[in-house]
Amino acid sequence: MAELFVGKETEFGERDRKIIAQGELEIGIFRLDGQFYAWENNCVHQGGPICQGKILGRVEEILGPDKTSKGLKFSETDTHIVCPWHGYEYNIKTGRHPGDRNVRLKPYEVKVKNGDVYVVV
Amino acid sequence: MDTGIEQVKEIPIKQIDVYTDTRDILARARKYAVKNKLEDVFICDIDSHHTETEHWHEIIKFISDPVLRAQAMEYQSSRTGAPPYGLNGDFGLRYQDIGGRVPHQSSRREKVEDTSVHRDVTLARRAYESLGLDYQIIFPTPMLFLGVHPQPEMEVYLGDAYNRWTVENVLKADDKLKIMAYLPFGDPDACMRTIEEFGGAPGVIGFMVTSVRFKPIHHNQYMKIYRALEERGLPIGFHAGYYWQDPSMLQVNRFGSMHALSFVWCNVLHMTNWVMNGLPERFPGLKPVWIESGLSWVPWLMQRLDHTYMMRTSEAPLLKRKPSEYMREMFYTSQPLELDHMKAVECTFDMIDAKNSLLYASDWPHWDFDAPSTIWDLPFLDEQAKRNILGMSASKLFKLKVPATKKKIAA
Repeated sequence: MAELFVGKETEFGERDRKIIAQGELEIGIFRLDGQFYAWENNCVHQGGPICQGKILGRVEEILGPDKTSKGLKFSETDTHIVCPWHGYEYNIKTGRHPGDRNVRLKPYEVKVKNGDVYVVV
Repeated sequence: MDTGIEQVKEIPIKQIDVYTDTRDILARARKYAVKNKLEDVFICDIDSHHTETEHWHEIIKFISDPVLRAQAMEYQSSRTGAPPYGLNGDFGLRYQDIGGRVPHQSSRREKVEDTSVHRDVTLARRAYESLGLDYQIIFPTPMLFLGVHPQPEMEVYLGDAYNRWTVENVLKADDKLKIMAYLPFGDPDACMRTIEEFGGAPGVIGFMVTSVRFKPIHHNQYMKIYRALEERGLPIGFHAGYYWQDPSMLQVNRFGSMHALSFVWCNVLHMTNWVMNGLPERFPGLKPVWIESGLSWVPWLMQRLDHTYMMRTSEAPLLKRKPSEYMREMFYTSQPLELDHMKAVECTFDMIDAKNSLLYASDWPHWDFDAPSTIWDLPFLDEQAKRNILGMSASKLFKLKVPATKKKIAA
Protein backbone atom coordinates (compact mmCIF):
# COMPACT_ATOMS: atom_id res chain seq x y z
CA MET A 1 0.00 0.00 0.00
CA ALA A 2 1.22 3.44 -0.83
CA GLU A 3 -0.24 6.87 -0.42
CA LEU A 4 -0.02 9.12 -3.43
CA PHE A 5 -0.08 12.84 -2.77
CA VAL A 6 -2.79 14.41 -4.90
CA GLY A 7 -2.77 18.02 -3.75
CA LYS A 8 -4.04 20.43 -1.17
CA GLU A 9 -7.65 20.13 -0.08
CA THR A 10 -8.04 23.82 -0.84
CA GLU A 11 -7.18 23.19 -4.46
CA PHE A 12 -10.45 21.34 -4.95
CA GLY A 13 -13.60 23.32 -5.50
CA GLU A 14 -17.00 21.70 -5.32
CA ARG A 15 -17.47 19.28 -8.26
CA ASP A 16 -13.77 19.70 -9.00
CA ARG A 17 -11.34 16.92 -9.81
CA LYS A 18 -7.75 16.01 -10.46
CA ILE A 19 -6.44 13.21 -12.62
CA ILE A 20 -3.14 11.73 -11.53
CA ALA A 21 -0.89 9.10 -13.01
CA GLN A 22 1.74 6.84 -11.59
CA GLY A 23 3.18 4.60 -14.23
CA GLU A 24 0.32 2.93 -16.08
CA LEU A 25 -2.18 3.68 -13.35
CA GLU A 26 -4.44 6.71 -13.75
CA ILE A 27 -6.85 7.81 -11.04
CA GLY A 28 -9.45 10.54 -10.94
CA ILE A 29 -10.07 12.20 -7.57
CA PHE A 30 -13.37 14.06 -7.29
CA ARG A 31 -14.78 16.39 -4.68
CA LEU A 32 -18.55 16.27 -4.45
CA ASP A 33 -20.74 17.55 -1.62
CA GLY A 34 -17.61 18.12 0.44
CA GLN A 35 -16.44 14.50 0.20
CA PHE A 36 -13.65 12.96 -1.88
CA TYR A 37 -14.03 9.97 -4.19
CA ALA A 38 -11.40 8.28 -6.33
CA TRP A 39 -11.88 6.01 -9.32
CA GLU A 40 -9.56 4.45 -11.82
CA ASN A 41 -9.53 6.43 -15.05
CA ASN A 42 -10.58 3.33 -16.94
CA CYS A 43 -14.12 2.93 -18.22
CA VAL A 44 -15.49 -0.57 -17.76
CA HIS A 45 -16.87 -0.45 -21.29
CA GLN A 46 -13.79 -0.03 -23.50
CA GLY A 47 -11.14 1.42 -21.22
CA GLY A 48 -11.87 5.04 -22.05
CA PRO A 49 -10.73 8.00 -19.91
CA ILE A 50 -13.88 8.05 -17.82
CA CYS A 51 -12.60 10.52 -15.25
CA GLN A 52 -11.92 13.11 -17.95
CA GLY A 53 -15.55 13.34 -19.05
CA LYS A 54 -18.37 15.72 -18.32
CA ILE A 55 -19.92 15.91 -14.87
CA LEU A 56 -23.71 16.04 -15.12
CA GLY A 57 -26.71 15.29 -13.00
CA ARG A 58 -28.45 12.02 -13.76
CA VAL A 59 -31.27 12.60 -16.23
CA GLU A 60 -34.67 11.80 -14.75
CA GLU A 61 -38.08 11.65 -16.36
CA ILE A 62 -40.89 13.37 -14.52
CA LEU A 63 -44.14 11.42 -14.33
CA GLY A 64 -47.49 12.82 -13.28
CA PRO A 65 -49.82 10.99 -10.88
CA ASP A 66 -51.49 9.43 -13.90
CA LYS A 67 -48.10 8.17 -15.16
CA THR A 68 -48.04 10.57 -18.07
CA SER A 69 -44.64 11.96 -18.95
CA LYS A 70 -44.08 15.56 -17.89
CA GLY A 71 -40.60 15.95 -19.34
CA LEU A 72 -37.00 15.57 -18.20
CA LYS A 73 -34.81 17.10 -15.51
CA PHE A 74 -31.34 16.76 -14.05
CA SER A 75 -31.20 15.04 -10.69
CA GLU A 76 -30.36 17.23 -7.71
CA THR A 77 -28.90 14.30 -5.79
CA ASP A 78 -27.28 11.90 -8.26
CA THR A 79 -24.24 13.31 -10.03
CA HIS A 80 -22.61 11.41 -12.85
CA ILE A 81 -19.27 11.31 -14.56
CA VAL A 82 -19.70 10.56 -18.27
CA CYS A 83 -17.11 8.75 -20.35
CA PRO A 84 -16.06 11.01 -23.23
CA TRP A 85 -15.44 8.02 -25.50
CA HIS A 86 -18.97 6.58 -25.64
CA GLY A 87 -21.15 8.18 -23.00
CA TYR A 88 -21.15 5.48 -20.31
CA GLU A 89 -22.28 7.18 -17.09
CA TYR A 90 -21.35 6.38 -13.49
CA ASN A 91 -22.52 7.82 -10.19
CA ILE A 92 -19.55 9.73 -8.79
CA LYS A 93 -20.31 8.63 -5.22
CA THR A 94 -20.85 4.92 -5.92
CA GLY A 95 -18.91 4.41 -9.14
CA ARG A 96 -21.82 2.37 -10.46
CA HIS A 97 -23.58 2.56 -13.80
CA PRO A 98 -27.20 3.64 -13.29
CA GLY A 99 -28.52 0.85 -15.51
CA ASP A 100 -26.40 -2.03 -14.18
CA ARG A 101 -24.97 -1.84 -10.67
CA ASN A 102 -22.50 -4.59 -11.52
CA VAL A 103 -20.82 -2.25 -13.98
CA ARG A 104 -18.62 -0.31 -11.58
CA LEU A 105 -15.43 1.70 -11.71
CA LYS A 106 -12.49 0.50 -9.65
CA PRO A 107 -12.45 2.47 -6.39
CA TYR A 108 -9.52 3.87 -4.42
CA GLU A 109 -9.48 5.13 -0.87
CA VAL A 110 -8.90 8.84 -0.33
CA LYS A 111 -7.33 10.23 2.84
CA VAL A 112 -7.22 13.85 3.90
CA LYS A 113 -4.51 14.64 6.42
CA ASN A 114 -3.71 18.14 7.62
CA GLY A 115 -5.30 19.61 4.51
CA ASP A 116 -3.42 17.31 2.15
CA VAL A 117 -5.27 14.85 -0.08
CA TYR A 118 -3.85 11.38 -0.69
CA VAL A 119 -5.09 8.40 -2.62
CA VAL A 120 -4.20 4.94 -1.40
CA VAL A 121 -3.00 2.44 -4.00
CA MET B 1 14.25 9.17 3.90
CA ASP B 2 11.44 6.99 2.54
CA THR B 3 8.25 8.56 3.78
CA GLY B 4 6.01 5.97 2.11
CA ILE B 5 4.42 8.82 0.20
CA GLU B 6 4.98 8.57 -3.52
CA GLN B 7 5.05 11.48 -5.95
CA VAL B 8 2.82 11.33 -8.96
CA LYS B 9 2.26 13.41 -12.04
CA GLU B 10 -0.95 15.23 -12.73
CA ILE B 11 -2.68 14.74 -16.07
CA PRO B 12 -3.42 18.32 -17.14
CA ILE B 13 -6.59 17.59 -19.13
CA LYS B 14 -9.33 17.46 -16.52
CA GLN B 15 -12.10 17.38 -19.07
CA ILE B 16 -11.87 16.32 -22.69
CA ASP B 17 -13.71 18.71 -24.99
CA VAL B 18 -14.02 19.61 -28.66
CA TYR B 19 -10.59 21.31 -28.60
CA THR B 20 -8.75 18.28 -27.21
CA ASP B 21 -6.14 16.76 -29.49
CA THR B 22 -7.13 13.38 -30.96
CA ARG B 23 -3.94 11.91 -29.51
CA ASP B 24 -5.01 12.95 -26.02
CA ILE B 25 -8.55 11.66 -26.52
CA LEU B 26 -7.19 8.30 -27.67
CA ALA B 27 -4.21 8.19 -25.31
CA ARG B 28 -5.60 5.19 -23.48
CA ALA B 29 -6.11 3.33 -26.76
CA ARG B 30 -2.46 4.01 -27.57
CA LYS B 31 -1.42 2.64 -24.17
CA TYR B 32 -3.51 -0.46 -24.81
CA ALA B 33 -1.87 -0.96 -28.20
CA VAL B 34 1.61 -0.71 -26.69
CA LYS B 35 0.79 -2.94 -23.74
CA ASN B 36 -0.69 -5.63 -25.99
CA LYS B 37 2.04 -5.34 -28.63
CA LEU B 38 -0.43 -4.50 -31.38
CA GLU B 39 2.48 -3.10 -33.37
CA ASP B 40 3.03 -6.74 -34.36
CA VAL B 41 -0.55 -7.09 -35.61
CA PHE B 42 -1.74 -6.01 -39.04
CA ILE B 43 -4.84 -3.89 -38.44
CA CYS B 44 -7.15 -2.44 -41.06
CA ASP B 45 -9.98 -0.18 -40.09
CA ILE B 46 -12.63 -0.76 -42.74
CA ASP B 47 -14.97 2.01 -41.63
CA SER B 48 -13.90 5.33 -40.22
CA HIS B 49 -15.24 8.76 -40.98
CA HIS B 50 -14.43 12.34 -41.53
CA THR B 51 -16.87 15.22 -41.53
CA GLU B 52 -16.79 16.32 -45.13
CA THR B 53 -19.01 19.32 -44.42
CA GLU B 54 -16.15 20.94 -42.50
CA HIS B 55 -14.54 21.36 -45.93
CA TRP B 56 -17.68 21.70 -48.01
CA HIS B 57 -16.50 25.01 -49.45
CA GLU B 58 -13.60 23.06 -50.96
CA ILE B 59 -15.63 20.07 -52.15
CA ILE B 60 -18.21 22.10 -54.05
CA LYS B 61 -15.46 23.49 -56.26
CA PHE B 62 -15.26 19.97 -57.72
CA ILE B 63 -18.92 19.96 -58.86
CA SER B 64 -18.76 19.36 -62.61
CA ASP B 65 -21.95 21.21 -63.55
CA PRO B 66 -20.96 24.89 -63.91
CA VAL B 67 -24.35 26.28 -62.90
CA LEU B 68 -24.68 24.15 -59.77
CA ARG B 69 -21.05 24.86 -58.94
CA ALA B 70 -21.65 28.61 -59.19
CA GLN B 71 -24.80 28.33 -57.08
CA ALA B 72 -22.96 26.30 -54.49
CA MET B 73 -20.01 28.65 -54.27
CA GLU B 74 -22.27 31.67 -54.00
CA TYR B 75 -24.35 29.99 -51.33
CA GLN B 76 -21.36 28.83 -49.31
CA SER B 77 -19.81 32.29 -49.35
CA SER B 78 -22.93 34.21 -48.34
CA ARG B 79 -25.20 31.84 -46.39
CA THR B 80 -26.09 32.35 -42.79
CA GLY B 81 -27.39 29.57 -40.63
CA ALA B 82 -28.53 27.11 -43.29
CA PRO B 83 -26.92 23.67 -43.79
CA PRO B 84 -24.24 23.21 -46.46
CA TYR B 85 -25.27 23.53 -50.08
CA GLY B 86 -27.04 20.56 -51.63
CA LEU B 87 -27.07 18.28 -48.59
CA ASN B 88 -30.26 16.89 -47.13
CA GLY B 89 -28.76 15.39 -43.97
CA ASP B 90 -31.06 13.95 -41.34
CA PHE B 91 -32.74 15.41 -38.30
CA GLY B 92 -30.96 12.85 -36.12
CA LEU B 93 -27.53 14.30 -36.81
CA ARG B 94 -28.29 16.89 -34.13
CA TYR B 95 -28.38 14.23 -31.43
CA GLN B 96 -25.39 12.04 -32.20
CA ASP B 97 -23.16 13.44 -29.46
CA ILE B 98 -25.60 12.56 -26.64
CA GLY B 99 -26.14 16.15 -25.68
CA GLY B 100 -22.45 16.98 -25.83
CA ARG B 101 -21.38 14.02 -23.70
CA VAL B 102 -19.16 12.67 -26.49
CA PRO B 103 -17.14 15.71 -27.63
CA HIS B 104 -15.27 14.06 -30.51
CA GLN B 105 -18.67 13.44 -32.08
CA SER B 106 -19.72 17.05 -31.57
CA SER B 107 -16.82 18.69 -33.31
CA ARG B 108 -13.07 18.42 -33.64
CA ARG B 109 -11.59 21.85 -33.25
CA GLU B 110 -8.11 20.79 -32.21
CA LYS B 111 -5.12 22.70 -33.45
CA VAL B 112 -3.39 21.49 -36.59
CA GLU B 113 -0.22 23.35 -37.38
CA ASP B 114 1.07 21.17 -40.22
CA THR B 115 -0.03 22.78 -43.48
CA SER B 116 1.88 20.40 -45.74
CA VAL B 117 -1.15 18.10 -45.96
CA HIS B 118 -4.88 18.62 -45.65
CA ARG B 119 -6.21 18.97 -42.11
CA ASP B 120 -8.25 15.78 -42.53
CA VAL B 121 -5.07 13.85 -43.31
CA THR B 122 -3.48 15.08 -40.11
CA LEU B 123 -6.57 14.19 -38.07
CA ALA B 124 -6.69 10.74 -39.65
CA ARG B 125 -2.99 10.20 -38.92
CA ARG B 126 -3.46 11.15 -35.28
CA ALA B 127 -6.26 8.60 -35.05
CA TYR B 128 -4.62 5.71 -36.88
CA GLU B 129 -1.37 6.16 -34.99
CA SER B 130 -3.22 6.19 -31.68
CA LEU B 131 -5.31 3.14 -32.53
CA GLY B 132 -2.36 1.25 -34.02
CA LEU B 133 -3.80 0.92 -37.53
CA ASP B 134 -2.03 0.03 -40.76
CA TYR B 135 -4.79 1.18 -43.08
CA GLN B 136 -7.92 3.19 -42.59
CA ILE B 137 -10.84 3.38 -45.01
CA ILE B 138 -12.64 6.66 -44.64
CA PHE B 139 -16.24 7.50 -45.41
CA PRO B 140 -18.18 10.75 -45.43
CA THR B 141 -20.86 11.50 -42.83
CA PRO B 142 -23.81 13.76 -43.83
CA MET B 143 -23.49 12.50 -47.40
CA LEU B 144 -24.70 9.10 -46.20
CA PHE B 145 -28.23 10.50 -46.57
CA LEU B 146 -27.93 11.47 -50.22
CA GLY B 147 -29.84 8.36 -51.30
CA VAL B 148 -33.06 10.01 -50.15
CA HIS B 149 -32.32 13.45 -51.57
CA PRO B 150 -35.41 14.94 -53.26
CA GLN B 151 -33.21 15.90 -56.22
CA PRO B 152 -31.73 12.61 -57.47
CA GLU B 153 -29.23 14.41 -59.68
CA MET B 154 -27.71 16.02 -56.59
CA GLU B 155 -26.41 12.62 -55.49
CA VAL B 156 -24.60 12.33 -58.80
CA TYR B 157 -22.98 15.77 -58.68
CA LEU B 158 -22.07 15.78 -55.01
CA GLY B 159 -20.92 12.16 -55.00
CA ASP B 160 -18.66 12.88 -57.94
CA ALA B 161 -17.32 16.07 -56.37
CA TYR B 162 -16.60 14.24 -53.13
CA ASN B 163 -14.75 11.43 -54.89
CA ARG B 164 -12.59 13.89 -56.81
CA TRP B 165 -11.84 16.05 -53.79
CA THR B 166 -10.96 13.06 -51.63
CA VAL B 167 -8.64 11.49 -54.17
CA GLU B 168 -6.80 14.77 -54.68
CA ASN B 169 -6.61 16.03 -51.11
CA VAL B 170 -6.57 12.94 -48.94
CA LEU B 171 -5.67 9.74 -50.78
CA LYS B 172 -2.73 11.12 -52.73
CA ALA B 173 -1.26 12.49 -49.51
CA ASP B 174 -1.23 9.29 -47.48
CA ASP B 175 -1.04 5.72 -48.72
CA LYS B 176 -2.54 4.41 -45.49
CA LEU B 177 -5.83 6.13 -46.21
CA LYS B 178 -8.28 4.49 -48.62
CA ILE B 179 -11.88 4.91 -49.72
CA MET B 180 -14.68 2.92 -51.18
CA ALA B 181 -15.73 5.58 -53.67
CA TYR B 182 -19.23 7.02 -53.54
CA LEU B 183 -21.59 5.33 -56.03
CA PRO B 184 -24.56 7.54 -57.01
CA PHE B 185 -26.87 4.57 -56.86
CA GLY B 186 -29.94 6.56 -57.82
CA ASP B 187 -28.55 6.84 -61.35
CA PRO B 188 -27.14 3.55 -62.70
CA ASP B 189 -25.58 5.16 -65.76
CA ALA B 190 -23.77 7.63 -63.52
CA CYS B 191 -22.60 4.69 -61.43
CA MET B 192 -21.02 3.17 -64.51
CA ARG B 193 -19.20 6.40 -65.25
CA THR B 194 -18.05 6.56 -61.63
CA ILE B 195 -16.68 3.04 -61.75
CA GLU B 196 -14.91 3.81 -65.01
CA GLU B 197 -13.37 7.02 -63.66
CA PHE B 198 -12.43 5.96 -60.15
CA GLY B 199 -12.00 2.19 -60.46
CA GLY B 200 -8.27 2.61 -60.85
CA ALA B 201 -7.76 5.83 -58.92
CA PRO B 202 -5.07 5.83 -56.23
CA GLY B 203 -6.46 4.75 -52.90
CA VAL B 204 -9.85 3.60 -54.24
CA ILE B 205 -10.28 -0.01 -53.13
CA GLY B 206 -13.99 -0.52 -53.81
CA PHE B 207 -17.28 1.29 -54.14
CA MET B 208 -19.88 2.25 -51.58
CA VAL B 209 -23.65 2.36 -51.79
CA THR B 210 -25.31 4.38 -49.07
CA SER B 211 -27.95 2.04 -47.70
CA VAL B 212 -30.49 4.72 -46.82
CA ARG B 213 -32.59 4.70 -49.97
CA PHE B 214 -35.85 3.25 -51.15
CA LYS B 215 -34.94 1.52 -54.39
CA PRO B 216 -34.73 -2.27 -54.49
CA ILE B 217 -31.15 -3.31 -55.09
CA HIS B 218 -32.20 -6.35 -57.13
CA HIS B 219 -33.71 -4.21 -59.89
CA ASN B 220 -32.49 -5.09 -63.37
CA GLN B 221 -31.05 -1.62 -63.83
CA TYR B 222 -28.30 -2.43 -61.31
CA MET B 223 -27.03 -5.65 -62.88
CA LYS B 224 -24.52 -3.87 -65.09
CA ILE B 225 -23.04 -2.21 -61.99
CA TYR B 226 -22.58 -5.50 -60.20
CA ARG B 227 -21.06 -7.07 -63.28
CA ALA B 228 -18.63 -4.17 -63.72
CA LEU B 229 -17.45 -4.45 -60.11
CA GLU B 230 -17.20 -8.23 -60.30
CA GLU B 231 -15.07 -7.97 -63.45
CA ARG B 232 -12.74 -5.50 -61.75
CA GLY B 233 -12.50 -7.51 -58.56
CA LEU B 234 -13.71 -4.57 -56.50
CA PRO B 235 -15.96 -5.11 -53.46
CA ILE B 236 -19.27 -3.31 -53.09
CA GLY B 237 -20.01 -1.90 -49.64
CA PHE B 238 -23.48 -1.15 -48.33
CA HIS B 239 -22.89 1.53 -45.73
CA ALA B 240 -25.83 1.67 -43.34
CA GLY B 241 -27.37 4.81 -41.95
CA TYR B 242 -30.51 5.92 -40.20
CA TYR B 243 -33.46 7.79 -41.57
CA TRP B 244 -35.81 9.25 -39.01
CA GLN B 245 -38.24 10.30 -41.74
CA ASP B 246 -38.85 6.66 -42.63
CA PRO B 247 -42.58 6.30 -41.83
CA SER B 248 -42.00 3.43 -39.41
CA MET B 249 -39.30 5.44 -37.59
CA LEU B 250 -41.69 8.35 -37.14
CA GLN B 251 -43.21 6.34 -34.31
CA VAL B 252 -39.93 6.47 -32.37
CA ASN B 253 -39.19 9.50 -30.19
CA ARG B 254 -35.70 8.87 -28.82
CA PHE B 255 -32.64 9.16 -31.03
CA GLY B 256 -31.08 6.03 -29.53
CA SER B 257 -34.20 4.01 -30.27
CA MET B 258 -34.29 5.23 -33.84
CA HIS B 259 -30.55 4.68 -34.29
CA ALA B 260 -30.74 1.13 -32.92
CA LEU B 261 -33.45 0.20 -35.40
CA SER B 262 -32.87 2.29 -38.48
CA PHE B 263 -29.13 1.71 -38.77
CA VAL B 264 -29.86 -1.99 -39.11
CA TRP B 265 -33.16 -1.97 -40.96
CA CYS B 266 -31.80 -0.53 -44.20
CA ASN B 267 -29.30 -3.38 -44.50
CA VAL B 268 -31.86 -5.97 -43.41
CA LEU B 269 -33.96 -4.94 -46.39
CA HIS B 270 -31.08 -4.87 -48.86
CA MET B 271 -29.65 -8.18 -47.65
CA THR B 272 -33.07 -9.82 -47.98
CA ASN B 273 -33.41 -8.63 -51.55
CA TRP B 274 -29.80 -9.48 -52.35
CA VAL B 275 -30.14 -13.08 -51.21
CA MET B 276 -33.72 -13.96 -52.15
CA ASN B 277 -33.21 -12.64 -55.67
CA GLY B 278 -30.13 -14.79 -56.10
CA LEU B 279 -27.52 -12.07 -56.52
CA PRO B 280 -24.84 -14.34 -55.03
CA GLU B 281 -25.60 -16.88 -57.76
CA ARG B 282 -25.65 -14.26 -60.49
CA PHE B 283 -22.38 -12.63 -59.42
CA PRO B 284 -20.44 -15.24 -57.48
CA GLY B 285 -17.23 -13.25 -57.75
CA LEU B 286 -18.68 -10.03 -56.36
CA LYS B 287 -17.90 -9.45 -52.70
CA PRO B 288 -20.55 -7.50 -50.75
CA VAL B 289 -19.48 -5.83 -47.51
CA TRP B 290 -22.22 -4.91 -45.01
CA ILE B 291 -21.01 -1.86 -43.15
CA GLU B 292 -21.93 -0.35 -39.78
CA SER B 293 -25.03 -2.30 -38.87
CA GLY B 294 -23.29 -4.25 -36.14
CA LEU B 295 -23.68 -8.03 -36.19
CA SER B 296 -26.66 -9.05 -34.07
CA TRP B 297 -29.06 -8.64 -36.99
CA VAL B 298 -27.30 -11.26 -39.11
CA PRO B 299 -28.18 -14.43 -37.13
CA TRP B 300 -31.73 -13.16 -36.76
CA LEU B 301 -32.12 -12.64 -40.51
CA MET B 302 -30.38 -15.92 -41.29
CA GLN B 303 -32.96 -17.76 -39.22
CA ARG B 304 -35.89 -15.80 -40.65
CA LEU B 305 -34.85 -16.32 -44.25
CA ASP B 306 -33.89 -19.99 -43.88
CA HIS B 307 -37.20 -20.73 -42.21
CA THR B 308 -39.11 -18.99 -44.98
CA TYR B 309 -37.00 -20.33 -47.83
CA MET B 310 -37.46 -23.97 -46.88
CA MET B 311 -41.23 -23.61 -47.25
CA ARG B 312 -41.32 -21.13 -50.12
CA THR B 313 -38.37 -22.29 -52.21
CA SER B 314 -40.33 -21.51 -55.35
CA GLU B 315 -40.10 -17.80 -54.57
CA ALA B 316 -36.30 -17.83 -54.62
CA PRO B 317 -35.61 -20.09 -57.62
CA LEU B 318 -32.04 -18.90 -58.19
CA LEU B 319 -30.91 -20.19 -54.82
CA LYS B 320 -29.21 -23.58 -54.60
CA ARG B 321 -28.57 -23.43 -50.88
CA LYS B 322 -30.12 -21.90 -47.80
CA PRO B 323 -29.93 -18.10 -47.51
CA SER B 324 -27.73 -18.35 -44.45
CA GLU B 325 -25.09 -20.23 -46.41
CA TYR B 326 -24.76 -17.35 -48.83
CA MET B 327 -24.74 -14.89 -45.96
CA ARG B 328 -21.83 -16.73 -44.33
CA GLU B 329 -19.78 -16.07 -47.43
CA MET B 330 -20.28 -12.29 -47.39
CA PHE B 331 -18.31 -9.75 -45.40
CA TYR B 332 -19.36 -7.72 -42.40
CA THR B 333 -17.69 -4.86 -40.59
CA SER B 334 -17.56 -5.32 -36.85
CA GLN B 335 -18.70 -1.95 -35.51
CA PRO B 336 -20.81 -1.35 -33.50
CA LEU B 337 -19.99 -4.67 -31.91
CA GLU B 338 -22.80 -5.55 -29.51
CA LEU B 339 -20.85 -7.12 -26.63
CA ASP B 340 -23.35 -7.12 -23.78
CA HIS B 341 -24.35 -10.78 -24.19
CA MET B 342 -21.16 -12.72 -24.74
CA LYS B 343 -22.85 -16.08 -25.41
CA ALA B 344 -24.84 -14.46 -28.19
CA VAL B 345 -21.70 -12.83 -29.55
CA GLU B 346 -19.95 -16.18 -29.72
CA CYS B 347 -22.95 -17.75 -31.44
CA THR B 348 -23.04 -14.85 -33.90
CA PHE B 349 -19.37 -15.21 -34.73
CA ASP B 350 -19.89 -18.91 -35.34
CA MET B 351 -22.95 -18.37 -37.54
CA ILE B 352 -21.30 -15.76 -39.75
CA ASP B 353 -17.95 -17.59 -39.89
CA ALA B 354 -16.33 -14.51 -38.38
CA LYS B 355 -12.77 -15.74 -38.69
CA ASN B 356 -13.18 -15.48 -42.47
CA SER B 357 -15.96 -12.93 -42.94
CA LEU B 358 -15.58 -10.31 -40.24
CA LEU B 359 -13.61 -7.11 -40.81
CA TYR B 360 -12.62 -4.83 -37.93
CA ALA B 361 -14.02 -1.32 -38.16
CA SER B 362 -13.67 1.57 -35.74
CA ASP B 363 -16.23 4.11 -36.99
CA TRP B 364 -13.95 6.71 -35.43
CA PRO B 365 -14.71 9.54 -34.63
CA HIS B 366 -18.36 8.72 -34.08
CA TRP B 367 -19.99 8.28 -30.69
CA ASP B 368 -20.16 4.47 -30.84
CA PHE B 369 -16.64 3.84 -32.19
CA ASP B 370 -14.81 0.62 -31.40
CA ALA B 371 -11.11 0.37 -30.62
CA PRO B 372 -9.14 -2.73 -31.74
CA SER B 373 -9.45 -3.98 -28.16
CA THR B 374 -13.04 -4.97 -28.90
CA ILE B 375 -11.64 -7.78 -31.04
CA TRP B 376 -8.34 -8.44 -29.28
CA ASP B 377 -10.05 -8.95 -25.89
CA LEU B 378 -12.70 -11.43 -27.05
CA PRO B 379 -12.39 -14.47 -24.81
CA PHE B 380 -13.54 -17.14 -27.27
CA LEU B 381 -11.30 -16.39 -30.25
CA ASP B 382 -7.85 -17.82 -30.92
CA GLU B 383 -5.08 -15.49 -32.03
CA GLN B 384 -5.36 -16.47 -35.67
CA ALA B 385 -9.03 -15.52 -35.75
CA LYS B 386 -8.28 -12.19 -34.05
CA ARG B 387 -5.56 -11.41 -36.58
CA ASN B 388 -7.87 -12.34 -39.45
CA ILE B 389 -10.62 -10.06 -38.18
CA LEU B 390 -8.31 -7.18 -37.35
CA GLY B 391 -6.64 -7.12 -40.72
CA MET B 392 -5.67 -10.27 -42.56
CA SER B 393 -9.11 -10.91 -44.04
CA ALA B 394 -9.24 -7.31 -45.20
CA SER B 395 -5.81 -7.59 -46.76
CA LYS B 396 -7.09 -10.44 -48.94
CA LEU B 397 -10.42 -8.82 -49.77
CA PHE B 398 -9.02 -5.40 -50.65
CA LYS B 399 -5.57 -6.57 -51.80
CA LEU B 400 -3.82 -4.47 -49.16
CA LYS B 401 -0.13 -4.99 -48.70
CA VAL B 402 0.89 -6.38 -45.33
CA PRO B 403 4.08 -4.70 -44.06
CA ALA B 404 6.99 -7.09 -43.77
CA THR B 405 7.47 -6.10 -40.16
CA LYS B 406 4.09 -7.49 -39.17
CA LYS B 407 3.98 -11.00 -37.87
CA LYS B 408 1.79 -13.27 -39.94
CA ILE B 409 0.44 -16.52 -38.64
CA ALA B 410 -0.19 -19.04 -41.41
CA ALA B 411 -3.90 -19.51 -42.07
